[in-house]
Amino acid sequence: MATEKSPMSAKEVLDTYFLENRARILDIASFLDRIDRAKASEAGKGDFRYKAFMKALKILVQSEGNRTKALQVSFSDLSKEPRKSAAGLKGAYGAWEGPFSEDH
Amino acid sequence: MAHGRGLSVKIIDPHIHMVSRTTDDYQALAISGIHTITEPAFWAGFDRGTGEGFKDYFNQLTIAEPARAAKFGIKHYCWICLNPKEAEDLKLAEEVLEIIPDYLDRPRALGVGEIGLNKNSRNELKVLERHVAIAAERDELILVHTPHLEDKLKGTRLIMDAILNERRINPSRVIIDHAEEQTVEEIKDKGFWVGLTLYPNSKCSPARAVDIIEAYGSDKIWMNSAADWGVSDPLATLKAANEMRMRGHSKALIQKIFYENPKAFLSQCPKFEAS
Repeated sequence: MATEKSPMSAKEVLDTYFLENRARILDIASFLDRIDRAKASEAGKGDFRYKAFMKALKILVQSEGNRTKALQVSFSDLSKEPRKSAAGLKGAYGAWEGPFSEDH
Repeated sequence: MAHGRGLSVKIIDPHIHMVSRTTDDYQALAISGIHTITEPAFWAGFDRGTGEGFKDYFNQLTIAEPARAAKFGIKHYCWICLNPKEAEDLKLAEEVLEIIPDYLDRPRALGVGEIGLNKNSRNELKVLERHVAIAAERDELILVHTPHLEDKLKGTRLIMDAILNERRINPSRVIIDHAEEQTVEEIKDKGFWVGLTLYPNSKCSPARAVDIIEAYGSDKIWMNSAADWGVSDPLATLKAANEMRMRGHSKALIQKIFYENPKAFLSQCPKFEAS
């Protein structure tokens, strides 16, 4: 597949984007600290979204070169059959609860 | 022509929901050099109760909105369909499917869209197949909405399978919109066009969209704002074009992504003429 190579050097990428991404990673840390301090913290950590988030953090540091796609796939519904019904459903959660979740 | 800080390119926004936007937004588009836009039929934020309600909406898309845009020197085209978020009710879907061909005949209607899936349900899939059959019978262009977030990968695959099952449809006359990192390569491999949507939080940021161009190339791909009644930005295409300029990409490449590519896809419909 033809690509359009970035004209920027890695140093230029760091010069341009480091500070905004430093702020983002601090926001993530603060979000996780907020869950730690919250009421019913342990129950929250059993939520499928929390588990998906922690799995994503591991992918972030373990993968190389194609992290964004790997993260997107890790958050995705990997089943193949159409859902029985979408009645009452409109939005998305951002993470997949797992097989059989549609029948809950 | 967008001149902000040296950005002098023509831009087409091929997916924007102007029925939800103010005249201030039309003025901002006009000043920014976005003089050609296309508006797919979509969900109003609530489920409409009758087919008659869709007649009003399709009149707004094909008559009222082009007239409103023209006051700002902007060419406005549209797409007609029942969007997937209202496709679960098959009785309503039948009523709307029946009237769609009348509106596709109108001079500002470029094709069938934005059809697709939302929660990847059986009824949504049935209604998608009906839309695809209408497009095949009439040789219409197709603009596809893919589901959000965790539903996107599965939904995109189901949609592509449904379209490819209709042998009369040429994939190069279909754009699969709201593509992201997990779907771009599969969409390209199957011969469809790719749409990237610049939408805060739930879709691509300008920086990620440009990363996708760098990783997967610039052929058969466009970007759009999909600005609507939610938190969105009608000038998002301009910001992504500026991101490319800031990174040092050539003016020719920026022009290709934001003008030549959408023009090439949309010009497959003889009604379309870019400003």
